[in-house]
Amino acid sequence: MENLEQLVQDGLTAVKNADSLQTLDQIRVEYLGKKGVITQQAKTLGKLSPEERPAAGQKINEAKGQVEEAINARRASLEEAAIADRLARESIDVTLPGRGQDLGGLHPVTRTLQRIEQFFGNAGYSVEQGPEIEDDYHNFEALNIPGHHPARAMHDTFYFNPGTLLRTHTSPVQIRTMEAGKPPFRMICPGRVYRCDSDMTHTPMFHQVEGLLVERNVSFADLKSTIEEFLRVFFERDLQVRFRPSYFPFTEPSAEVDIEWGREEDGSIKWLEVMGCGMVHPKVFDYCGIDAEEYRGFAFGLGVERLAMLRYGVNDLRMFFDNDLRFLRQFR
Amino acid sequence: MKFSEKWLREWVNPAIGTQELMDQITMAGLEVDGFEPVAGEFTGVIVGEVRSVAPHPDADKLRVCQVAGGDEVVQVVCGAPNVREGLKVPFAVVGAVLPGNFRIKAAKLRGQPSNGMLCSESELGLSEDHGGLMELPAEAPTGQDLCDYLGLNDITIDVDLTPNRADCLSLRGLAREVGVLTGESVNEPELHPVPATHDEKPQVTVEAPAACPRYLGRVIRNVDLSVDTPLWMVEKLRRSGIRSIDPAVDITNYVMLELGQPLHAFDRAEIDGGIVVRMAHQDEELVLLDGQTVKLTSDTLVIADHQKPLAIAGVMGGEHSGVTEKTRDLVLESAWFEPVALAGKAREYGLHTDASHRFERGVDYELARTAMERATALLLEITGGEPGEIVDVVSEAHLPDAPRVTLRAERLAGVLGMTIDASRVEDILTRLGLDIIDQAGDRWTVRVPSYRPDISIEEDLIEEVGRIYGYNNLPVTEPFGSLAMRPRQEAVRPLSAVRDFFVANGYQEAITYSFVDPKVQAILDPARDGIALANPISADLAVMRTTLWSGLVKTLEYNQKRQQPRIRLFESGLRFVKDGEQIDQQPMLAGIVTGNQLPENWANGRRQADFFDVKGELEALFSLLGVEVRFTAGEHPALHPGQCAQLFLGDQPVGWLGAMHPLVQKKLDLDGTILMFELFLNPIVSGYVPNFKEFSKYPEVRRDLAIIIGNEIAFADVDRVVRNNAGERLNALRAFDVYEGEKLGEGKRSLALSLFWQHPERTLNDDEVHELFDGVIQALQSELGATLRS
Repeated sequence: MENLEQLVQDGLTAVKNADSLQTLDQIRVEYLGKKGVITQQAKTLGKLSPEERPAAGQKINEAKGQVEEAINARRASLEEAAIADRLARESIDVTLPGRGQDLGGLHPVTRTLQRIEQFFGNAGYSVEQGPEIEDDYHNFEALNIPGHHPARAMHDTFYFNPGTLLRTHTSPVQIRTMEAGKPPFRMICPGRVYRCDSDMTHTPMFHQVEGLLVERNVSFADLKSTIEEFLRVFFERDLQVRFRPSYFPFTEPSAEVDIEWGREEDGSIKWLEVMGCGMVHPKVFDYCGIDAEEYRGFAFGLGVERLAMLRYGVNDLRMFFDNDLRFLRQFR
Repeated sequence: MKFSEKWLREWVNPAIGTQELMDQITMAGLEVDGFEPVAGEFTGVIVGEVRSVAPHPDADKLRVCQVAGGDEVVQVVCGAPNVREGLKVPFAVVGAVLPGNFRIKAAKLRGQPSNGMLCSESELGLSEDHGGLMELPAEAPTGQDLCDYLGLNDITIDVDLTPNRADCLSLRGLAREVGVLTGESVNEPELHPVPATHDEKPQVTVEAPAACPRYLGRVIRNVDLSVDTPLWMVEKLRRSGIRSIDPAVDITNYVMLELGQPLHAFDRAEIDGGIVVRMAHQDEELVLLDGQTVKLTSDTLVIADHQKPLAIAGVMGGEHSGVTEKTRDLVLESAWFEPVALAGKAREYGLHTDASHRFERGVDYELARTAMERATALLLEITGGEPGEIVDVVSEAHLPDAPRVTLRAERLAGVLGMTIDASRVEDILTRLGLDIIDQAGDRWTVRVPSYRPDISIEEDLIEEVGRIYGYNNLPVTEPFGSLAMRPRQEAVRPLSAVRDFFVANGYQEAITYSFVDPKVQAILDPARDGIALANPISADLAVMRTTLWSGLVKTLEYNQKRQQPRIRLFESGLRFVKDGEQIDQQPMLAGIVTGNQLPENWANGRRQADFFDVKGELEALFSLLGVEVRFTAGEHPALHPGQCAQLFLGDQPVGWLGAMHPLVQKKLDLDGTILMFELFLNPIVSGYVPNFKEFSKYPEVRRDLAIIIGNEIAFADVDRVVRNNAGERLNALRAFDVYEGEKLGEGKRSLALSLFWQHPERTLNDDEVHELFDGVIQALQSELGATLRS
């Protein structure tokens, strides 16, 4: 039985020196397998008396257990080391940039238009579209701007021929919508408009949003709240708004809308004109076959680039149409 | 309209400051565009009198003057050509400060002491004129402070009038408005008829009474136009932005500014026979006051004599019949022209004058005689002369009627959203000069004065009441209405979803002009002519785009020239194509891609974007939209013949995708491989609403094969043959490798395919899959000449 002690010592040493799971497995087979040297010790039991056998058997089992325990402990530690090794090998520099496509972006005019459409959409306005090459009737006449009207001078119009032109405002969409449907109406028409004018503060194309609400009992007071609310929602500020009498052939009463935009040197409010509005002119209703005694309406129009410039601090209108990537990428 | 505050306050002088005055004018709808002092900022300038002038001993161009006005007569060295003995001039004494903080000190000029400076208008910020000293009238009191003498404590106010407010194109009209706003009374100057001193009358024939319902003429004999216009008038004109010309022109301009009536003075000697107001003869020529010769059209109203046209009515006089310093007798015209008859005429001749501006917007049709008398009185006072009788040719039938308009209290309250007290309404109407001629409890009928042609319907009165009451004093209420939901088709994707898709795929949205360079468009789309603008802003923005590419290639070029090698752009918008008599305005979506497919970095590498990158993106877009779009080899003049696909939805062509043709690219001077696509938006955004189908729980079976086929056979053909022969249980077909190489031989390529079968109700057995697979292989061999790759 001294031999058993020695075998255990040899086994433990071998386990201790094992440097891989494979070697460890070989050691397990060598000592504890069916033909393993410790397992083989059981054969010596036959030579012992029945009284001695239990004690000797127990010793052999203890020896097996001792070696097995050592093997398990060694295996755990080798596995741990293997994982640690794998983790070390698989470590990466997580600060390197990622793989794949980068993000593009919407044009700031689109971004502004989408916000405006959302605000009015939430208030139940539909979004209407119309042709950009328009006829004189829808762009001018039905809006109470007859051929001789001095207001035509306010619109520097691009013409194709005397009756066909590029729309100078999105108001003709109002007319087309009213012609096609029956009141009440609650709509906005966003889109490109064109004026034959190009300098520091004018581009020959820009964007407008025109709005129209026609109901039985709508008043200038309703128009005021709609405009004020829109401007506060748009600028996300509780800014002051004022309505200044003005003139548009297709609305009456008409107003220009100014917002508070900083202060003058003397501390008074600096006002900035941002849009125009008014009550739909009865003649416009006439052109669209709507009874002006039964229905009233309000309309408003705003320049999208102007609002975008104020909102995003853009200082040159022309940048919107240069499409310089260094400009566009700032609005993603 | 520019005017001097002081002049306005001569008419109406409310007890409010300048800023408050301008604010009130603005808030009444006469927007103050700006204001500026009528002179530069200076102190220490007095009326000086040049007592003597002597040559400078050491300088040819300088004079040594003795100038009175200060505490004592002092010596001043002056270089102005018009300095002379006895002249009254602005004199900046030692210690004076001129505009620009220029301090006047005692100095020596070429050795001669000089104590002060004699000033030109420009040195005082009065005008741009620095031609010589400003000459003051002989009666100017020597020694008086110049600011006091000229009343320079004044500003010029510029109001931006809307076209309906022609009545405010005069001091009288502005004063009336300020009177209404402030409740202050307006001081109308006393205007008296000037009796005739002789009986010569101009002979006036009005052949076009509809266009000229009223024409007044008067002969004034023996005027002296060589006299100077008095300084007070020159200053008022200057502060209203009008330069002094000669006394006759100055007086007509002055009366126009004061009362709003444009007038014209003809040289009596140049009128052949009498005055005829008629339509022009086609192509008749007239040399205008500004020297240009115009060819008249027959719809132009002219003032003529018995031989020739003298003036374009209401626009500009002719050079020939204009007054000069030598004019002795003149004919003064004061007329009312119908605005519609004059509308746009000035513009047709490239003109815009103070007269045409007023006549087109509508002058007070009762004003002509008053203005004639006013101008006559001023002429007599300034130039002397003998007035004749006024000839007044009027066609009452063609003059406007003073409209009567009724305002209902209920309508007023409905439109404005509040009830305004009846007494307040009446007060506002009356102060505006709208006589209430009939009044029931709930309505007022007013007669509109001749100076307010813009008022003709009830809404005009509602606006007037609202405007004077103050828009900002009106209430604010939320509109209410039906809460019915709007229909919205789920199958139709909004454009915003398409845009978001491209943004997520690295595209930047561009917005380019709808009018483009015809030369660029002819290269990209030679078969179609862009619709041409009659009045383009420039030659390179002259035709409407037939394809969005015309704008995008310019944007690409712009950015390539600014060191942007990687460009991915998209745009949506209309394109315009002639379709017989109609114009087809279709919403399109186009894109352009160049440079690396992915942003260059350690992991992405630097692979250039190619056809299949963009095709993959479009395929993903189509699955997002729920449409099955086919790509077939096509031909497009802008695209590479070997890398060009036309897109179809069913049989409907829905767009193009391809690489830019190298020759097109060379012509456009663009770098790199450029991929472009353009899609018709309307058909592709109409997808479907999902409809759930059971999916199979049984295993999928995969079989791979590799075939060698001729290069002329498209993958689409292989796809079709496989699908036709693989049975209804084929789930998917994938090409996982495409190879071309010398080993295969010229004109051949190898294609490796995976086929996936699945049965909805059971597991497929090997035999049936084997049979289907065999059938596919045989069909590929027989139909496409494919051989199996071993």
